Amino acid sequence: MTVTDFFQRGADIRDTKAPAGAIEKKWATRKFQAALVNPANRRKLSIIVVGTGLAGGAAAATLGEAGYNVLNFCYQDSPRRAHSIAAQGGINAAKNYRNDNDSTMRLFYDTVKGGDYRARETNVYRLAEVSANIIDQCVAQGVPFAREYGGLLDNRSFGGVQVQRTFYARGQTGQQLLIGAYQSLERQVAAGTVKMHARHEMLELILVDGRARGIVTRNMVTGAIEAHTADAVVLATGGYGNVFFLSTNAMGCNITASWRAHRKGAYMANPCYTQIHPTCIPVHGDTQSKLTLMSESLRNDGRIWVPKRAEDCAKDPRQIPEEDRDYYLERIYPAFGNLVPRDIASRQAKNMCDEGRGVGPAVEEVDHVTGEKRQVRRGVYLDFASAIERMGQKAVETKYGNLFDMYAQITGENPYETPMRIYPAVHYTMGGLWVDYDLMSSITGLYVAGEANFSDHGANRLGASALMQGLADGYFVLPNTINDYLSKAPFDKVEQDHPAVVEALAAVNERIGRLLSIQGTRTVDSFHKELGNIMWEYCGMERTEEGLTFAIGRIRELREEFWSNVKVTGVNEDFNQTLERAGRVADFLELGELMCVDALVRRESCGGHFRAESQTEDGEALRHDDEFLHVSAWEYTGAGKAPILHKEPLEYEFIELKQRSYK
Amino acid sequence: MIINLRVWRQANAQSAGKMVSYRVENVSEDMSFLEMLDLLNEDLTVKGEEPIAFDHDCREGICGMCGVVINGAAHGRASSPVPTTTCQLHMRSFADGATIDVEPWRAGAFPVIKDLVVDRTAFDRIIQAGGFISINAGSAPEAHSVPAPKIQADRAFDAATCIGCGACVAACPNGSGMLFTAAKITHLAMLPQGQPERYTRVKTMLAQHDADGFGGCTNIGECAAVCPKSIPLDTISALNRDLMKSLFRKDGK
Repeated sequence: MTVTDFFQRGADIRDTKAPAGAIEKKWATRKFQAALVNPANRRKLSIIVVGTGLAGGAAAATLGEAGYNVLNFCYQDSPRRAHSIAAQGGINAAKNYRNDNDSTMRLFYDTVKGGDYRARETNVYRLAEVSANIIDQCVAQGVPFAREYGGLLDNRSFGGVQVQRTFYARGQTGQQLLIGAYQSLERQVAAGTVKMHARHEMLELILVDGRARGIVTRNMVTGAIEAHTADAVVLATGGYGNVFFLSTNAMGCNITASWRAHRKGAYMANPCYTQIHPTCIPVHGDTQSKLTLMSESLRNDGRIWVPKRAEDCAKDPRQIPEEDRDYYLERIYPAFGNLVPRDIASRQAKNMCDEGRGVGPAVEEVDHVTGEKRQVRRGVYLDFASAIERMGQKAVETKYGNLFDMYAQITGENPYETPMRIYPAVHYTMGGLWVDYDLMSSITGLYVAGEANFSDHGANRLGASALMQGLADGYFVLPNTINDYLSKAPFDKVEQDHPAVVEALAAVNERIGRLLSIQGTRTVDSFHKELGNIMWEYCGMERTEEGLTFAIGRIRELREEFWSNVKVTGVNEDFNQTLERAGRVADFLELGELMCVDALVRRESCGGHFRAESQTEDGEALRHDDEFLHVSAWEYTGAGKAPILHKEPLEYEFIELKQRSYK
Repeated sequence: MIINLRVWRQANAQSAGKMVSYRVENVSEDMSFLEMLDLLNEDLTVKGEEPIAFDHDCREGICGMCGVVINGAAHGRASSPVPTTTCQLHMRSFADGATIDVEPWRAGAFPVIKDLVVDRTAFDRIIQAGGFISINAGSAPEAHSVPAPKIQADRAFDAATCIGCGACVAACPNGSGMLFTAAKITHLAMLPQGQPERYTRVKTMLAQHDADGFGGCTNIGECAAVCPKSIPLDTISALNRDLMKSLFRKDGK
C-alpha cells in the first residue's frame, strides 16, 4: 500500500471568525462584533461542559457566573481531581514584572516559535493577550503563588526563553490553579447555576439538525445510561497521551468524549503532534502502570551520560571512570549541551538505548515485525556528582530537594549518591479537535477548550503554556465567544423521546452490550499495553514510512482481535471499572490508527514530530514549509474507511518563518 | 515476592462486606502498591472473577483520588518512612510473604460505594458552603495591587497543598473532617483576598461539616500523622480561633 491509499483529500478549510486587521486589535474587534445575550435570557439557556480541569472547571464556573444553566460532568469522584492538578512547573503571563522587555508580542512570538511554526497566529496572539488577566484572576481567587519578601509575585524563567515570565506555586502550580477554579466552580454549584455530575462519563454526542444539543453519559456508580440536552456543548476533556498506555497522564485520561464527537463530524486536527518529555523516571518492568515526570529544571545542573561501551551498562555507574562515559548531549550539541529542547534530548536518549548503551534494569521488548523478544535497558544517567562538587550538597538540596525525595521514594535509590536514571515519556498532546477562533469545532454548537483542542501549540508546546491555555480558554475566551452562538438560542427543546436522543442512547447501549457479550480470553489492559507498545515504537519519538505503515496494519488487527476476544467482567448496572476501561481502549484503538495516518502523511520533521526521512545531513529535524505549512484536519468517514484530510493553510503575517538550530 | 492480601469486598452500599484472602505472586519490589493490585486484578479477570474496585487516577500523589487503609493505617503510613499517598507506596516497604490487610476509608460521612471505593462528595459540599473567595472572572484587580506578605502567603500555601483525599477522616477515631476543613479555612484566612468573607466562611463551612455527619475534633492528631501532604495540626487551632472571633461579629462582619 502507498501513503495515498490511507486517506482521501478533501477541500481546504479556513477559520472564518477571526476578524481582519492588526493582530493587536483582532480580539477586541471580535468581542465587539460578537452578539450578546441579555442577562435575563441567560437563565433560560443551558450549556453542557464536559471536564472539570483548568479549561472545563474555569469555563463551567464562568458561564455559571454569567447566569447560564450549566451542566458539568467529570469521570472522577470530584471535579478537583482533573489531571491539570499534576502540572508542576508554572504558568506564563506577559506581565513584564521583571522589566526584562517582555510583552504580549514576545510571548506570542515565543509560543509560535516553540510550536515550530505550525500554530494559528490569531489564536496564539489572543492567548498571549489574555495571559495577564489570568494571573489577576487567580490571585483574586486566593491562589498562593510564590511571592517575594515585598509581598509581590515571584517569577522564574522556564522552557528555554530569555525572559522571566513564569508564575509558580512551588512545584505544584497546576494543583493550586485547579483548586482556584474548583473553588469558583463549587461557589456556582452552591449558587445553583452549575449542576455537577461527578462519576459520569460522556459516551456519545447528540446532534439535532446538525447542531450539538446534548450528550449521553454513563453513571459510573449505577451504570444508568442517561441523555442530557442543552443549547450548546463544550468539551474540555484533556489530551490523549494514554493511547501510549504508559504516559505521565492520569490513569483515567482518555479520548472517548472527543472521539465520539469526531465520529459525529468534528474534525480531529494534527493528531500526531505529541510532546515527549525527556526527564521521566524510567520503566521498572512490564507491570508498570504509569510514568512520573520530574521537572526538567534538573537539566540545568545535572549531566546526562551513558557508558561508551555496552558491556559497562550493568556496572555500578560510580565504578565507570570518566573516560569511559559518553556525555552525548554535550558531545553532539556543544553550544546547548544538556539544555537542548525536549524533543532533541528525548530522541538522543532513545538512540543511545537503541544502540544498546542504555542503563538500569533490562525490560523485555517484542519486535512487532519479527515477533522476536529482546532485553533492552531503557534509561540514561542524569548525574549530579559534578554539581554537588561545584555547589555543595546543601545547595543542590535547596534547589532540587523535593525532586530528589520523589525520585528516592519511587525508585528506592539515593540520587545524592548514585546518578538518577531518566527516560523520555509521553507528556502532552498538541493535536486535538479542530476549532475556529471562537473555539467552535466543525460541528455547530460544539465548543472545545484546553488540551482537547488543537489551537495554540502548533507542533510543540512551550513549557508553562498548557496551564495558560486551559485557563485562557475557560475564563476569558469561551465565555465571550459562546454568547455569539447562544444569542440565536433558545433552540427547539429536545425531549427525551426525540429520535436523535433515542438513537444516541441506543448506540451507547448497543456498544456496552457488545463489550460485555464478547467474553473472550484477553484482558482490556493487555490490549491497551500492546497498542501502547506499537504507538511508542512507531509513532513515538521517531517515525518512518515503513514503521507507520506497519503500525496501521497491526493496529487494525489488534482492533479486530479486541472486538472478538476481549474479556469484560461484571455487568453494566454496577460500578464496573473494567467496562469503563474497555470503552476507552476501544476508542484508543481507532485514534491510534488516525495518529499513524496523520504522521505518515506529514513527511516532514517539525516540533514533536520527527520523520526519519526528513532530516538534515547531521541528523537534525528538517521542516518543509513548502509542503506542510498547514493544519491537517481529519474527517471521519466510517469504521475502517480512509479518513478525509482537510488542510487549513497557515498564514504567517506577523512572524517570519525560521528553521531552528541548536548546534 | 509473594504477598498475601486480605481485602475488603463489598458489592454495594446496601450489602454487607467481608475480608477475602488472595495470594499475589510475582510481585516486584519496584511496583507501587496499586500496581500490585492491578496484577491481582488482571489475574482475577482472566479467571472470570470480578476485580477489586479501588479509586485511583494520577498515580503521582497529587490528585487525591486514591486512598485505602493498609494494615490499619490510612495510605499505609505505618509501612512508609515518609508521608505518602497509597499510589506512592511501593512494595519494597513490605517483606516477601507478608500478609497485608486492605480496607476502605471507614467513616460515617464516607459511605462505601463498592469494595475499596467510598463516596467523598461531603468534602465538595463543605467547599460549597464557603471554601472560596467570591470573585467573578473578569472583575479581578491587577495582581500587584494587593501585596501579600510572604510569611503569610507561605503559610497559606502549606495549607493549600491539601489534596482532599480523606485520609484525615479515615484516621480519626471520631471520623472528623476537621483537618480538611481547617486547611481550607487557613489557606484563605492567610491571604488579604480572603479577609472579607473570613468570619462567615468559618461558620458556614463548619456547619456543613457537622451536617454531613463528620465527628467533632478532640485533638488526637491521627489526622496530621497520616496526612500525605503534612497539613499542620495547628490549622485546626487557627480554625477554632477564627470561629471564636466570628461569634462576636454580627453576620461575620
